[in-house]
Amino acid sequence: MTTTEAKRFEGLPRELIALRCANELGDGIYVNLGIGIPTLISNWIEGRDIVLEAEIGMLRTGPIATDDEVDQDLINASCQPVTELPGSSYFSDCESFAMIRGGYMDVCVLGALQVSEKGDMAGWNNPDRGFPGDIGNIGGSMDLAANSKKLYICMEHTAKDGRPKIVRVCTYPLTVKGRVNMLFTDLAVIEVVKEGLLLREIAPGLTVEDVQSVTEPRLIIAHDLKEIEL
Amino acid sequence: MTVTDAIHAEIEGRHNLLDKVYGSIDEALADIPNSAIIAIGGFFTAGTPVHLVQGLAEQGARDLTLICQQMGPGNEVLNQLIRNGQVKKAICNYPFYRSASRGANTPFEQAVRAGKIELEVYPMGTFIEKLRAGGAGIAGFYTPTGVGTVVETGKEKKTFGGREYLLELALKPDYAFVYAHKGDRTGNLIYRKTARNYNPEMAMAARITIASVEELVEPGELSPDCIHTPGIFVQRVVKVERPSYYPTIE
Repeated sequence: MTTTEAKRFEGLPRELIALRCANELGDGIYVNLGIGIPTLISNWIEGRDIVLEAEIGMLRTGPIATDDEVDQDLINASCQPVTELPGSSYFSDCESFAMIRGGYMDVCVLGALQVSEKGDMAGWNNPDRGFPGDIGNIGGSMDLAANSKKLYICMEHTAKDGRPKIVRVCTYPLTVKGRVNMLFTDLAVIEVVKEGLLLREIAPGLTVEDVQSVTEPRLIIAHDLKEIEL
Repeated sequence: MTVTDAIHAEIEGRHNLLDKVYGSIDEALADIPNSAIIAIGGFFTAGTPVHLVQGLAEQGARDLTLICQQMGPGNEVLNQLIRNGQVKKAICNYPFYRSASRGANTPFEQAVRAGKIELEVYPMGTFIEKLRAGGAGIAGFYTPTGVGTVVETGKEKKTFGGREYLLELALKPDYAFVYAHKGDRTGNLIYRKTARNYNPEMAMAARITIASVEELVEPGELSPDCIHTPGIFVQRVVKVERPSYYPTIE
């Protein structure tokens, strides 16, 4: 296995990673979307029965505000101006985390720096930035990751320098241990199962060997492995 | 004056619960002593009491401990306190800019790297629950968040129903700065949209809460059914103009 070689494959653009993840979300669920690719999921679920929670203190968060809709008192947790929908509600950050910690979020989708074969995830502290291991932007990520019913990760399959982000053991400070259920990357859809990482779908034009070559742990290949369908 | 003296003076001087309005920010902040612990509301800029923070920069109290979501991203007004050297310690949940290159040029990040400001970081839910506990007379609480991460370092871990939890202790600031859409003279507050965020629990937690309000009204003008923060949690009210800007955290 070539974990040091900076291999790059042409996979899905960020918007389509978000679409593939959006297709996995059921209807009739409460969802929290993290910063980065997960935020793009909101573009693909308009009209569906999916309620977005913003940890700043809002349920039924509407689309991004345009020009004259922008209101400095109405932002999501990524600091983007958003809008209201029929049925929206506001509450304090404390109540927001009562919902999150209380287990009311059906799915949380976050970005990540590393995901391990045991479903551990690291996403809040990039050691390249040179801070001590106990300070960084934790934000709402640990509460969401530890307490949502399901945790999905949307991310690029490898780091910018080609290093695998899917690893045997996370070397970056952890956000949560053993909670990741599904991984959506530009190259693959992977489910975290008891035995390890189950490769379920691969991007068009790629082989299993391609995906394996940029993934540190040995992948288990699904018997019904298929191309990512959008 | 020490923090204790300031709190005592507030309690001794309390004689008109029907009118907690201060004529100016200067007057409302005048007694804040060095070494005070101050909670500052606001999530990025939504609901951030910018006028009070600016006032604190002019007032000049030093060796402060600030409890706030972040130190700069979308809240650049806090940078003035850092440049003035007024801050000794910060307790946050999202302290830095996302962008490493932009963050490297901010006074807060530079001060933390140089060891001039002590920084404690908590997960967001733990951060605000510590303040709620402080306001509600609860010494601490057990949360599942942070188990198996560096957040658990040095904390008591206990298993309930087969799941591990961490003991987190309450935070009890000396002062809170909050920002409300409407307030009456008795200190009842109503927040607007996502500008509510941390403000209600910070108002509960502090010994002296100073509320900046966009609209100041007479008692009776706010529907009692719609009050978010009852006046008992608010000691001082100051009228301010609504700021106009839009932030970014990149």
